Amino acid sequence: MENLHFEYEVAGNNFSQAGMASDAVKSTLKKMGIASEDIRRVAIAMYEGEINMVIHGGGGVAVIDIFFDHIEIKLIDHGKGIENIELAMTPGYSTAEDEIRALGFGAGMGLPNMKKYADVLEIESEVGVGTTVYIRVDFH
Amino acid sequence: MKVSEIVQLLDGVVLSEGDNMEKDLHSACASDMMSDVLAFVKDQAVLITGLCNPQVVRTAEMMDMLCIVLVRGKKPDTTLVELARDRGITLIATPHRMFAACGILYQAGLKAEV
Repeated sequence: MENLHFEYEVAGNNFSQAGMASDAVKSTLKKMGIASEDIRRVAIAMYEGEINMVIHGGGGVAVIDIFFDHIEIKLIDHGKGIENIELAMTPGYSTAEDEIRALGFGAGMGLPNMKKYADVLEIESEVGVGTTVYIRVDFH
Repeated sequence: MKVSEIVQLLDGVVLSEGDNMEKDLHSACASDMMSDVLAFVKDQAVLITGLCNPQVVRTAEMMDMLCIVLVRGKKPDTTLVELARDRGITLIATPHRMFAACGILYQAGLKAEV
């Protein structure tokens, strides 16, 4: 089976639109008949990543490749980058402003959540250049 | 517990009827932090929250939750209501505060875990 390839624009700082790409991927996986437990892991990991792109990355692009036994998600932004990735991975650590917290995010659980639900999580980031997050979720 | 029972118990109003009005809902999760919902929810069907923006619906959708209860008399804008309707998620508003709403539903048999 050939893999399915999708690309989604993620608008920066548009909080009401945040999650649309994740929603679209979730619907696609559902139509493909992927197990709901796997879909949920994909949805959570990607949604947290998408929120991060909107909050911190000024938007970007989500590149999705769906294979028969796994999904690869690349979230690419050209935002301010992450200074200390290890620190950013610490549960509870956050640089989000109060206005983001008022929206229900910014609790410092985004990256830990992504790590928890992804089978592979890789983050490449350069300050002032941007961040690329690679998520792989295997279907069980 | 059916949606109608939740509405009655919480003196609530239904803002959008979901696809599961007749389904028996067994468990709930309450939080204003959507990341915590994403981190901790397993199969709870009801999300009780004081947060009132479209991300509430998105989060519920990601977690396959069937019903959202907005506490403290929050009045959502049309974007949120439309999104809930579009996703087939039941949206209820109650004047009760979070703690009271949780207590009432818990006492009536809604569980924390599935």
